[in-house]
Formats: sequence, C-alpha cells, structure tokens
Amino acid sequence: MEKSLNNRAWLMVMPVFVLVLFSALLPMMTVVNYSVQDSMGQNNFFWNGDAWFRDLLNPATEIGARFQNALFKNLSFSLVALLIEVPLGIAIALCLPRSGWAVGPLLVVIALPMLIPWNVVGTIWQIFSRADIGLFGAALTGLGIPYNATQGAVSAWCTIVVIDVWHWTPLVILLTYAGLRAIPDAFYQAARIDAASRWATFVNIELPKLQKVLVIVVLLRFMQTFMIYTEPFVVTGGGPGSATTFLSIDLVKIALGQVDLGSAAAMSLVYNLITLTLCWIFFTIMMQLDRRRYA
Amino acid sequence: MARITLEGIAHTYDVRSANAALKRLDHVWEQGRAYALLGPSGCGKTTLLNIISGLITPSEGRVLFDGKDVTQLPTEQRNIAQVFQFPVIYDTMSVGENLAFPLKNRGMDRRAIKSRVAEIADLLGLTEELSRRARGLTAEAKQKVSLGRGLVRADVAAILLDEPLTVIDPSLKWELRSKLKAVHRALNLLMIYVTHDQVEALTFADEVVVMKDGSVLQVATPARLFEQPEHTFVGYFIGSPGMNLVAADVEGHVARVAGHAIELGAHYPKVPAGSAVLGFRPDYASVVPNGGVPVQIRRLEDLGRRRLARVALGPHEIFATVPHGVPIDGAEAGLTIRQDRLFVYVNDELVPGDRR
Amino acid sequence: MSADALPRAGLAVVRDRSRLFAARRASSFLPRLGLAVYLLALMLPIYWLVSMSLRSNEDIMSTLALWPHHPSLEKYVFILNDPTWVHAFLVSLTYVAINTVISVTAALPAAYAFNRYHFIGDKYLFFWLLSNLMAPAAVYAMPFFNLYYAIGLFDTVWAVALAHCLFNVPVAVWILEGFVAGVPREIDEMAAIDGYSFPRFFVRIFLPLIANGVGVTAFFCFMFSWVEQLLATTLTATDALPFAAVMTRSYSVAGMDWSLLAAAGVLTMIPGAVVIWFVRNHIAKGFALGRV
Repeated sequence: MEKSLNNRAWLMVMPVFVLVLFSALLPMMTVVNYSVQDSMGQNNFFWNGDAWFRDLLNPATEIGARFQNALFKNLSFSLVALLIEVPLGIAIALCLPRSGWAVGPLLVVIALPMLIPWNVVGTIWQIFSRADIGLFGAALTGLGIPYNATQGAVSAWCTIVVIDVWHWTPLVILLTYAGLRAIPDAFYQAARIDAASRWATFVNIELPKLQKVLVIVVLLRFMQTFMIYTEPFVVTGGGPGSATTFLSIDLVKIALGQVDLGSAAAMSLVYNLITLTLCWIFFTIMMQLDRRRYA
Repeated sequence: MARITLEGIAHTYDVRSANAALKRLDHVWEQGRAYALLGPSGCGKTTLLNIISGLITPSEGRVLFDGKDVTQLPTEQRNIAQVFQFPVIYDTMSVGENLAFPLKNRGMDRRAIKSRVAEIADLLGLTEELSRRARGLTAEAKQKVSLGRGLVRADVAAILLDEPLTVIDPSLKWELRSKLKAVHRALNLLMIYVTHDQVEALTFADEVVVMKDGSVLQVATPARLFEQPEHTFVGYFIGSPGMNLVAADVEGHVARVAGHAIELGAHYPKVPAGSAVLGFRPDYASVVPNGGVPVQIRRLEDLGRRRLARVALGPHEIFATVPHGVPIDGAEAGLTIRQDRLFVYVNDELVPGDRR
Repeated sequence: MSADALPRAGLAVVRDRSRLFAARRASSFLPRLGLAVYLLALMLPIYWLVSMSLRSNEDIMSTLALWPHHPSLEKYVFILNDPTWVHAFLVSLTYVAINTVISVTAALPAAYAFNRYHFIGDKYLFFWLLSNLMAPAAVYAMPFFNLYYAIGLFDTVWAVALAHCLFNVPVAVWILEGFVAGVPREIDEMAAIDGYSFPRFFVRIFLPLIANGVGVTAFFCFMFSWVEQLLATTLTATDALPFAAVMTRSYSVAGMDWSLLAAAGVLTMIPGAVVIWFVRNHIAKGFALGRV
C-alpha cells in the first residue's frame, strides 16, 4: 500500500517543525552571532582549526589517544548495555499480565527507576556499591568477588553497566509492553486457533509487529548510552584512571578543566559528527525496514 | 463437521447495566448449511459469533457441538476456524507457509501437508501465490489466505466469518463472495457469516438470522424473509427500497389509512388504536391510473428494469411499482396492493390473521 | 472419511489440546518467577533510597544497615515545610505538565502525517528531528540562556517548557509514529466511506486505537522533562526555580546531606508514579479490530 503524496501534510507537521526549530536553530544562530562578534577568538580558531582535528584523529597525540580511548569506552559500553537491556526488557514485558488489577501497580513499580533524578541515581549507587556501607558492595565482597567500584577498573565499568541496566531497562519494558498491547487480539486468537506454541506466537506475531517499537528502543537507548554523563560522573568520577571516562565526561574535563577550548570544540564537533553519522545509518535502516513492509 | 446447538444463550457485557448484548435465544445450526447473521451495528451478531467460537463465555446458557457441551472450552479446543474483518496472516511467512502453519503445529507429516495445502490453494485460487510473501498481497488475497488457514484442517467443525468483506475493494466483493459460496458447496461445511449488508447475506446464505438490539427477529430462507417478514424491522431492512410501513386502524377485513379503506386478505380482530402497522413491499404495490386507493404522485423514478413511484397517501409516503406499459401522468393516481402480500403488524410483530 | 469418524477425530484433537492447556498453565510459573526476580532487583536500590532518607548522615556514612534502626522523618518534614522546596516542586510540575501537553499535542498530527502521507522533504524532516535527540544539552545551555533572556522568558516556567521541546517533541513524534504505523490504513478508508470528517475520525476513532502509544508517550515526555536538570537550572533563577536546582543545596560546606537528597529523591518519584497510574489503562489497552 503506497503512501499518498500530499503536501498539505506539511500543515500537520507545522507545529512540530516550529517548536523544534525554535529550540534547535535559533539558539545556534545566537551563538553564531556572538561568536562573530568575538574577534580575538575567531581569528585564532580559524587559524588553528585544522590542527585540532588532525591531532584528535591521530592516536599518537595525547588528545588523540584520549579521544580514541573514550570512543572505545562508549561504543563497548553501548553495545554491552544494549545486549543486556533489550532482551531483558522484552522478556519482562512478555511476563507482564495483559489485564487485571496487577497491571497498574506493576507499571508504577517498573517505572520508578526512571523517575529518579540522575544525580540521585548516581548518589544511591555511590553508597550502594561501597563494600563497607552499601548492600550491593557488601554482598559482592561477601560472596568473595574482589569488587571495588572506585578503585578497580573492571569493577567500575561493570558498576556503570549495572546502574544503566537498572535505570533504563524499564524504558525498554514500557515501550515493548505498550507495543505488545497494541497488537489486536485477533492475531493472538488466530495463533491459538492455529495451535501455535508460545515461541511460535512470539516469533511470528509479536516480534514482527514490534519491529517499529524495537527500532525506537534500540536507537533511543544507543543514543542515551553514547551520551552518558551523570551516572559515571557521580559514582566513579570517570575513574579509576580513565576506566569510566566516557566521551562526554572527557569533553567536559577538557573544556572546563584544561580550558582547552580549541580541542574541546574540535572534540565536540567530531562527537556530534559521529552521533549524526550513526543516527543517519540507523535512520536509513529504519527506512529500509519500512520499505520492505510494502514490498 | 458439527451441528452446533445454542441452548438458552444470553449475554450481558456489563452486569450492572440492564441492557443485554444478547437476549435469550435457542437455535440449532445444522451441519453443512450456510447461515448469515444479519443486522445493523450493535445488534449482537458479533457477540453471538464470538460465543459460538469461544472468544466469549456467555452469561447464560450452553453451547453444544454435536451434543457435547463446549461452553467452557476455549477457542482452540472447539475446532472451528474464524475469518476476521481484517486479514489476519503471518507477515513473515509465505502464502504456502501460512496455509501449512496450522497443520505443522498439529504434527502432520510434510508430504500430507504439502498435498493438503495444494488442494486448498487450488480451491481458493491461490496456487500461483504460494511462494509469495504474504505481506505484499492484496486485501482480497490476504482474506483468502485467512480463510485457507481455516480450511486446511480437514476436521474443522465450522467456519465463522465476521464481516470478512469489510476491507475488500467494492469491485472485488462479488468475486470473493462467489468464492466463499463455491468453497461451501465443495466442502459442505457449516459456515456462519456475520454481516450488516443484506446483499451479502441474501446471496450467500441458505438461511438468514436477522437480529436487532440483541434479539433474533426471524430465521428464514432469503426468499421467505423477503416474502413474509415476521417483524417490521425485517421488512424494512431487507429489500431496496424496504417494505412500506404505514400506520393504520385495523378491524375485521378492512384497514383504514388516512381516511381511506384498504381491503385486507384476512380477518383481523380489533387492534388497539395506534398500534397497527400495515406492511407491504413496493414490489407488490402497483400504481394504476384508475381505481385503487387514491394517492398523489410525488416522484417517478425510471430504474430501467422497473419504474418506482413515490406516492403520498395522506401524510404517508409510499413506494410503489409502476407496471410496464402503464402511462402515468398528472399528480393523481390509484394504488393497488396484492392482498396476499399485505401484512398487519402489531407492536412490530406480524399478526397472521384469519384467512378463511 | 465417514461421517462419524470425523467427530471422533475432533474429540481426539480436543483431548490433546487439553494436555497442552495444562502444560501452558504450568509454564506461566516461569514468567512469574522471572518477573518476581526482576522486581526484587529493581526495588533493592529504591528500598535503599528510602532507607537512606530515613537515616541520619552519620549513620549512612558509617554503618551498613539493612534497615534503618532509628528511622526519622525529619528530612521529609523539612522539605515539605520549606517554602523554597515546595515552590520548586510546583514549578517543576508546572513546566513538565505544560511541556507534556505541548509535545504530545503537536506530535500527534505530525506522527500521523509522517506515517500516512508522503510529502516533500519528509524523510529529511524526520531525520532532523531525530538528530536533535543526539544533541547533548550542554551544547544548548548557553544559546538557550541568551535566547530566552533576549525574549524576556528567562526565569519562567515557559522557558523550560519550551526548551524541553527540543528533545521531547522528537521523542513523541518518533514513538507515536510507530504506533500509528500499527493501525491498518483500511480503518482510515472505512471511516472516510462511513462519512466521518477528518477531525472527527481522528479524535473519535483513531486516537483510541493508538491509546497505548499516547499513554506511553505522555509518560515518557513527563519523565524526560521531569528529570532534566541542566536546562532547567540554566534557564531559571528565582521565580521559576525547579527542584533540581534546590537539590544542589544538599551539597553544603559540611559535606553532602545524603539523607536530604534521598528524601528529595523519594518525593520526586511520586508525581511520575501518579502520571503512569493515570495512563495505565491507556498503555495496557488491548483491542479487537472491528468495524467502528
């Protein structure tokens, strides 16, 4: 079924366009405005512009090594987090009841981790993960696992993963659950009449119908994990060493800590470019999936 | 194949409200026949279908398949097939895989599945599409696949269809309708077809169950529904245009409408004033230049096969046929009605009258 | 097959199904167990938060206690009696509510248009919307500050509400579009044939069909706006001080006031919990596709 070409649809999109334009473009324009008026900064920036980027992408330089390290941290973190959160979230969403009194309370409880301000999340886990005064830390060390969130690189990294899973799996669950409920009953009925097993129902009905929702979930979570800042900052401070120094943390360190605006600017530009590219790739995948629907 | 019996079935969705979705009914659906459940939106026909299929457990009564009580059994254990308004197919599979799915889940062996699928595909005209992805098909083909999944199971007791032509392109509806009829003839299955479209019901079914507001008004063959409607709603709903319904005072052999007397074909006891309605189809009411009950002509429509006249008898507007070759001019004419097709309804129900 | 062999075959199938049915009953144990384990893991840190809010700072920092030995509500009392905190809560609730309403309302027609129609630049527009999600808020903080100061909305709830549209509107459009896609186009056509005008169709027929999406979108808009701190604090000063800014007061010269922060954290969960309670029926709504 083809979409109809209808340019009047722009009317329906207008409100969204105006709102986001107002939020996205105009502030950028004021920045440009200000930056043009800053004569000293401008000249220097353009003079050195190319050098910053070359340094950044060259792993031999200090800035380049740092950047690549942080990039690697981010990508591996995103991958691991996604691999845990998405299947776990889908599985839990499948376990939730379809109707009945329990649905409301369950949804509330599941949503709770997402409602806590991120710095408080970090704070909870800061205490929670300590072996001396926190349950999580104490339990792990009690089991004989050498765990120290602030001093062990592996521990720190794993802790961030655990925090992220705890914090954001509910997003996967809620979106998946809503997507599952949106599947008309008739499909489930047909599957029952066809004597399909639970697994066959999942593979042949639920998974295909969840395609769009799952793409949203994966992309959204990827974006969020890629930009993670508050939790690692609060719990580990980016350490020990650079074990949990994600890109955004490094960016802020360089920009504010070292007052190295040039590198920070370059880094942030490259950062934005990477995110934009990845966004574009996933977006194209989404469009392909969409086109296949109507093949 | 089964004979389905409904014993004392009634259903209410909301126990607190006084409105029953389905009022008490008893009915036997005979094996091998095609039935239509016909009625306007909200009349309870889908509720009734879902009670038969097992999607709903009725508030009262029992459902029996070949004498066995299945009221508490869920859908998948009743061995029925259901076709919904919207095509329900497995997007990720091909047509052939869709058709094979119910058999595969029941552990049939591969060669038997293949031959059965080929057989059903042939019956439905899907043979060429067997290897195509189900997702890319037209709505009509998808509905055929939905139907086919029900037919592949040789032991299916009944096929229940809930307004299956809803999403079909109007120009293709007749084709799928005839396909359904052909399938019925070939497989001799009990088929129950829900619709609000009288044309679909009357062309498809051996017997039509007309419903309104949760009650069954009449169960009869299409011919009988047309010729002798037992309820004013049946008369009005069926036929295009439907039956004329005119308030009258009925006594003995005569009905008085707007001061004019009309001879009835039977003798009726005195009916309380204001509750009697005369019903007669335009097909059996003729406009004549002279004689009959005097009426004013409002409009003449030439429909090719016949000419319809809209006439007024006092305050009542009546549709009647203008017989071939009868010239009508001017604003005045007469109306004659075939006496054996003139019915009296009291409180909407047919009163037989004494035809001695 | 003979006429009476068939019913027997039907009954045989029924018997097999009843065994399967019994097996299915038993297998709902595993999902329940999995859910219970997950919920336990989820609640532990939350329990820890509540526990921290009831303990004193010295107690938190010195001992591992599985439950608060000398529970005290003093932090809650403090917060609820402090006009700054209370005002901050109300301010936050206000801009979050405004933002949610704006975002969802604007996103609904846009999501419909993106899915049902093709128009010039539609793919680019959609992509541009998504790309705004990847913009770290830090990049926008200063520009927003300048902008809202210039137009006189600085330190009002409207500034934050509008600023949050940057990410909430794209999220809303994105999620809603996914749910719009799940409604067959035939429904639109049927409604047109039945004589519905577009607005009436959209409100009375279409919206109920995407209730799940609307419910979950409304909750997510609420949630993302509620927990956002950088923009909320940058764009406000005193009149529209959000609780996120007030929370930083838990860091004082004497060190971090853990239990105060924890109490604030517990209180901040409540509005969101209420919101999702209200939309629970939308999120969980199941439906049978049928003629309207």
